[in-house]
Amino acid sequence: MKPARFDYIRAGDLAEAHHALAEFGNDARLIAGGQTLMPMLSMRLVRPQVVVDIMHLPALRGIETTGNAIRIGAGVRQAELLAWPKLAEQLPLLKAALPWVGHAQTRSRGTVCGSAAHADPSAEIPLCLLALDATIELSSRRGRRRVAAAEFFTGMMTTARAENELIEAVHIPARQTGTGYAFNEFGRRHGDFAIVACAAIVTAANVRLAVGGVADRPALRDFGALDGKALDDALDVFAWTLDARDDLHATARYRRELVRQMGRETIEEARRWHA
Amino acid sequence: MSSVANSPPWCGQSVERVEDAALLTGRGRFIDDLPTRPGTLHAAILRSPHAHARLTAVRTDAARALPGVAAVLAGADIQKLSSSLVVGVKAKVECWPIATDRVRYVGEPVAVVVAASRYLAEDAIDLIEVDYEPLPAIVDPVAALDPAAPVLHEGLTSNLASERTFRYGEPEQAFADAAHRVAVTIRYPRNSCTPMETYGLVAEYDAGEDAYDVLANFMGPFSLHAVMARALKVPGNRFRLRTPPDSGGSFGVKQGVFPYVVLMGVAARVTGQPVKWIEDRLEHLAASVSATNRVTTLEAAVDADGRVRALAFDQLEDVGAHIRAPEPATLYRMHGNLTGAYDIRHVSVRNRVALTNKTPTGLNRGFGGPQVYYALERLMQRVAVQLKLDPIDVIRRNLIPSGAFPYRTATGALLDSGDYVKAFEIALEDGSFAALRERQAQARAQGRLYGIGLTAAVEPSVSNMGYITTVLTPDERRKAGPKNGAQATATVSLDPLGGVTVNVASVPQGQGHRTVLAQIVADDLGLKPSDIRVVTDFDSGRDAWSIASGNYSSRFAAAVGGAAKLASGRIKAKLARMAAAQLNVPADDIEFAAGKVRARGNPDNALLFSRLAAASHWSPGLVPEENQALRETAFWSPPELTPPTEHDEINSSLCHGFIFDFCGVEIDRVTGEPRIDKYVTMHDCGTILHPGMVAGQVTGGFAHAVGAALYEEYAYGEDGSFLTGTFADYLVPTAMEIPAPVILHYETPSPFTPLGAKGVGEGNCMSTPVCLANAVADALGLDAIDLPLTPAKLAAHIHGAESTPPQQERAAPPPGKGRALHGAGQAYVDAAPDAVWRMLLDPNTLASIIPGAHGVEKVTDTHFRADVTLGVGPVTGRYKADIRLSDLDAPRAVTLTGVVTGALGDARGTGRITLAPDSSGTQVAYDYDAAIGGKVASIGGRLLDGAARVVIRQFFAALVRHTGGKPAKRGFFARLFGSGA
Amino acid sequence: MARLSAAERHMVRFTLNGRAVEAQAEPRMLLTDFLRHELGVTGTHVGCEHGVCGACTVEIDGVPARACLTLAVQADGATIRTVEGLAPEPGRLSILQEAFRRHHALQCGFCTAGILMSLDNYLKRQPDPSEDALREFLGGHICRCTGYVPIVAAAMDAARRLREPSSDV
Ligand code: FES
Ligand code: FES
Repeated sequence: MKPARFDYIRAGDLAEAHHALAEFGNDARLIAGGQTLMPMLSMRLVRPQVVVDIMHLPALRGIETTGNAIRIGAGVRQAELLAWPKLAEQLPLLKAALPWVGHAQTRSRGTVCGSAAHADPSAEIPLCLLALDATIELSSRRGRRRVAAAEFFTGMMTTARAENELIEAVHIPARQTGTGYAFNEFGRRHGDFAIVACAAIVTAANVRLAVGGVADRPALRDFGALDGKALDDALDVFAWTLDARDDLHATARYRRELVRQMGRETIEEARRWHA
Repeated sequence: MSSVANSPPWCGQSVERVEDAALLTGRGRFIDDLPTRPGTLHAAILRSPHAHARLTAVRTDAARALPGVAAVLAGADIQKLSSSLVVGVKAKVECWPIATDRVRYVGEPVAVVVAASRYLAEDAIDLIEVDYEPLPAIVDPVAALDPAAPVLHEGLTSNLASERTFRYGEPEQAFADAAHRVAVTIRYPRNSCTPMETYGLVAEYDAGEDAYDVLANFMGPFSLHAVMARALKVPGNRFRLRTPPDSGGSFGVKQGVFPYVVLMGVAARVTGQPVKWIEDRLEHLAASVSATNRVTTLEAAVDADGRVRALAFDQLEDVGAHIRAPEPATLYRMHGNLTGAYDIRHVSVRNRVALTNKTPTGLNRGFGGPQVYYALERLMQRVAVQLKLDPIDVIRRNLIPSGAFPYRTATGALLDSGDYVKAFEIALEDGSFAALRERQAQARAQGRLYGIGLTAAVEPSVSNMGYITTVLTPDERRKAGPKNGAQATATVSLDPLGGVTVNVASVPQGQGHRTVLAQIVADDLGLKPSDIRVVTDFDSGRDAWSIASGNYSSRFAAAVGGAAKLASGRIKAKLARMAAAQLNVPADDIEFAAGKVRARGNPDNALLFSRLAAASHWSPGLVPEENQALRETAFWSPPELTPPTEHDEINSSLCHGFIFDFCGVEIDRVTGEPRIDKYVTMHDCGTILHPGMVAGQVTGGFAHAVGAALYEEYAYGEDGSFLTGTFADYLVPTAMEIPAPVILHYETPSPFTPLGAKGVGEGNCMSTPVCLANAVADALGLDAIDLPLTPAKLAAHIHGAESTPPQQERAAPPPGKGRALHGAGQAYVDAAPDAVWRMLLDPNTLASIIPGAHGVEKVTDTHFRADVTLGVGPVTGRYKADIRLSDLDAPRAVTLTGVVTGALGDARGTGRITLAPDSSGTQVAYDYDAAIGGKVASIGGRLLDGAARVVIRQFFAALVRHTGGKPAKRGFFARLFGSGA
Repeated sequence: MARLSAAERHMVRFTLNGRAVEAQAEPRMLLTDFLRHELGVTGTHVGCEHGVCGACTVEIDGVPARACLTLAVQADGATIRTVEGLAPEPGRLSILQEAFRRHHALQCGFCTAGILMSLDNYLKRQPDPSEDALREFLGGHICRCTGYVPIVAAAMDAARRLREPSSDV
């Protein structure tokens, strides 16, 4: 179980990384924390021609507040974000969700943007990005663009990132006053990929539920001011539309039921928070 | 004895382990830590992605040509220099360590590459091309016995490798007389204890002497030494097998290293250089060994008060693709103990062994116990439920009565010692059973799902090497000659400075044997454990050993510890006689204490132990020959371990511990997740030599058992694809999942072992899975429940009927098994059926709709081949696609069958496309079934479903596009693929 | 831009347990293999090579990390600690190591190096963990022998002792 051969480029600045991507396109793989790429390399599921290390680019290392959003650079590790002093105040949903991301020993290396790039349908970070209307900042030699999370995650481990682009940062709107947040997840073991993960955001006017682990990408629905039985019914419809699948660890029906019940619990938790 | 009065014996104390300082500082010596000779080559193994296929070609030229590659060996190359592994049943089957003409399970070795590094060897593996002709796979043991099922081995007429029936007492009469009959049918799943260190070995061959020298983290039994030597075609004394000083756990599993010893032995012979192979985790999960899965129907004849009079077992054992030695031992290990802890005199048994397309089975902690107790203890709960009795009373009423020991079971075991009723009552009391019942009542009053489970079990240890011959008929046994016993060996030597060294062939894998042996011998010789050096790395060329040597059936404390005590006793007797002469007292009055050998009652009349112990080296002339104490080896085989009788009674093990467990489990109403609220486990394991290690064996076994009960399963798809190829899918519990059990003890020393000790390491693997299942069944009111107790499985009993899907959403298709995908969809095409039909049959159409095609080669009008690049996200690979059209019904319907194969796996799918005229155009409808196997199925299941969905989507979307159609409105893709299973 | 070509071996240098070390590696070489087979520091073990078991955990630049999920070339210039660097001096064990021995928190010892490296780091940042928090943290490791009970006990005991003012290691 050893990787096939590849060249290794330690990018010294952004231009070098862009250049490598422009040259090799899909035959290049970026490595940041490496927590998802490395097993795929070792299992030879992925055989890039070059691996481009972007962890030595100072420009990508920061967490900054810009206007009412938080910009998290591609070099920011999950543990760094979790330890960010303003996390609870600015990004309460991530504060709740990050402890579910792998284990302390992988969060210490894995990056926030790396998780977004990998776009695992069960992963917590893409789910939060979607729930919070985050945007993904992509750059290439040709320039720079920002894509809304809702457009960014296009399918199972598939995103809107072009071959020559890298994720430079994600921008996450900071906590709004009068908004409640909650996150819940169920997996077979702690630290496993979610069978179902729920993120709820509740304001006076709207109930939002985003769900991971069920469809081929995180999914989101706004329920407006629904409550009580009407909300349950709407959750039921939402559960049915998610195209849940059977797999080794759970049935589709089980997933739908968790969306209904755990989804509702998560919403109620966010409501309590809001109140 | 004054020495005892002076200082308490070391045995019975939790002394610090001598093993630990090195292990804690990174100085362990595991197989992959040891230096190798210059020139040592590294092996990698190409393994079958198919569960069952004919091997038509293995092309190795490109691999051989890769710089750094020394050899590439396929089945035929191995066969040339070895012979089949001996098979333990009377059947015309061979068992090779590598596939020869067929592959029979996913992960079966197909070729071995030997190269300068493991990295290079894996590069070469990628260059080997294999042609497989897939055959139907058999996964289920019941289906395997269907006369219509494909037969796995040419020498057999069916997949039934062995069948025997047994009858003890008068079972028919007991059933005829019974007030009640209660039965359970259980399917015990596959799992494995997966030690943290995988298999590893370094093999060398000396052409000059035609001798093999192999260093492997093999754990025994050394009866397999004979199997390996025979397979390598050398006498036993030309097959030297050694083990490294440290081994990273085994739990039975490292017995399964032995086929690889043969494989790599041949590789070393071919290359003329040492060959090292370290198994990786993916190989380990797919193809090391698994415990057996078993289908058991067990019926009881029961009196009105719950007293069980007779049992009828029908056990169908699934040993996987080969009957690999020592199988079918798992099925027979418990044969003497089929009645568990109960006094049941009438038993009938039907034992069958089936072959299926799964990994061959072998030793695994619990070895046969979990399978038997799952049936027996589920049955005892059912007796209570059906007769409306308290399960506590049912157990109490059936336990072997106090004072009945040694007790001969109906099937032949001699239960050495115990007071089951007393231990049971103590457990209820000290474990606060009444409080647990209270807790349950409270929880239930609040509407919570809370159940209590119970299990009583007998834990056998020190296997009788003869039990496995119970698989043969008495007639066959007579011909083969009797087999029995459990030779344990130990050597105690004195060095010229009077130091004591102990050598054993117990091959520890982390249990601290060195510490316990030091305690035992220190006690015997009046020394400190630190005075004793214990060497446990094994060398078949130097050590005293026998076929029963090794680390299995919990034989260490009882058998090896006992042998060490005997060997040390012999040294001691000689030293005592020497001392008697020098101290002028009778030998009987000599005592060993505090590093001295002295006259009892007169401690000043003493000699230094070390001085006396060195005497036979320095001045043998002064010591009478019969008293010379240099080195003593004890071989010990208990007389109680006799061969099976004419009536098939077998004392399958020497010692029998007693276990009584109870637990409280709560199940979450939303997630169905079971939570172990309380677990109490009572053990009578005879004399306890080291309480800390016994506790460690119990908590460790408990963790394995919780894993088996709640998390772990080696899962296979219906097509035999292996679905749990990584630690992300084979779920080993962590500290988050394993609670601390309450451990209780009741000690009744075994009269049959020198130290009174019995085994303890396997008990919870036998008792705990069914105890948890009983609690879950109690919580949910279930009649039947099989492992693993996954949340989704339990939730199905809680969640009730599901809402119907909203109008606009299509109902979910039936759930698929394994990696099967189903889907359907339709689209409107603005062209008449005839036109659409022509397009469909046009090779150019296919060329343009096959996703990622690099070119389509037309073989016939209805058969095409293509090279395609497929992938999802970052995972892409190149594949060969083979597409056939069949069942042509112009212009109405056609069936499209595609097979895609490549390094990452293979997929096969069939889609039926129908065309129906609709106003001016055509409704194109399709329905498909696909299944995926191979590497990706094993290691990237989650990814795979997505990948297949994407590819199928692309294919049909391209088809629709090409025929000028538009997807039907309203969520075409969702309807088409989303709900595919 | 430093581009290390696939088929060649390149010098990799880092600080290992306080000492400068160097050896050659192909870009694809895993840090586990580099430590164990190029540098001969075999205390770090490999249990899965896909990031789940934690046996390979070492400290890289002050944080616990899976060595099997790291390329040797990525570690160039880093500061790495392994189990070999835990004991204060030969023949003496650290407080954590001592606690493991006292509580029989290891059997085969194969998982132990990774767990020690994780805990050593954790207890520095979290000197007074609750048992729940500790178990959650240990959730990143698999031990097949002990059933975790003695590991948890040893870690809690070590934390207690490390909190005592006089303790230094
Ligand atoms: S070997 Fe690195 S996590 Fe298992
Ligand atoms: S001590 Fe053996 S795996 Fe942990």
